[in-house]
Amino acid sequence: MLRLAGAAGRALLELPRVAVNTGVIGKTYPPAEYAVGREKIREFALAVGETNPLHLDVAAAREAGHADVVAPPMFAVVYSFPALWPVLFDPEIGIDFSRMVHAGQEFAWGPLVVAGDEISTTVSVADISERAGNGFYVFASESVNGRGETVCSGRWSNIVRGA
Amino acid sequence: MQPGDEIAPLAVTPDKYLTVRYAGASGDFNPIHIDEQFAQQVGLPGRILHGLYTMAQVARAHTDAGGGPGSLKRLSVQFRGMGLPEHELVVTGKVVSAQDGVAVVECGCEQNGKRIIRNAEAELLLSDVSSR
Repeated sequence: MLRLAGAAGRALLELPRVAVNTGVIGKTYPPAEYAVGREKIREFALAVGETNPLHLDVAAAREAGHADVVAPPMFAVVYSFPALWPVLFDPEIGIDFSRMVHAGQEFAWGPLVVAGDEISTTVSVADISERAGNGFYVFASESVNGRGETVCSGRWSNIVRGA
Repeated sequence: MQPGDEIAPLAVTPDKYLTVRYAGASGDFNPIHIDEQFAQQVGLPGRILHGLYTMAQVARAHTDAGGGPGSLKRLSVQFRGMGLPEHELVVTGKVVSAQDGVAVVECGCEQNGKRIIRNAEAELLLSDVSSR
């Protein structure tokens, strides 16, 4: 960090702003693949307190017409994260991870995801802006199954607080 | 479901080690959720819940109300403040419209009287989803 002496330096330090690079809006990253496992679905379902046997019991899921246990909707987090991490740490975007807070989240779901599915997720930079010294970052994710169906679209909103 | 109807509230108290299990299950190992000392060093009261865990409770209230995981077609939330382990979370929701087979539910999640998920909206399929 640049060190400035005197009043000019203090004035600058009193108005710390998150430097945002709006030039990366629209940037799209290579897809990341995720193979959905039966035990991973169970682990996630138990962690979030799901009790529906469709998530936990293969026989119950098959009886209901599914090929295997069904992922809870919020399992979208699990298959999307591998595509999201490289974006959050992209030096071109330059997020200070230690100052980042998750401000909002939206998911829209298509066909259900079941164990055995292979999901491909692509993330792009939907918006970046700076207001009142804080940086606002919105990332869009699109997750597609092996049949080419969109199983989930996500919008991930993060704020990076000014110092 | 008709406009004005409320979905059944969901109350859950995440235990002391929930954030560790959710970190493993989700893949989000940000130390503010799993390391008490680190969380305090960055000015938090202690380890805080993952926002997406709290959102999963909102989702669960809706899939319970809608009859299964296939009933929830969209969920949008804003996170405010922070959620804490060992304190009760309460999810509530009210139907604001029901047409063309889809109910729109305004919902949120409170902890200790603070709304930690607000401006949240869910879309639930109204069709028979008993097997989904």
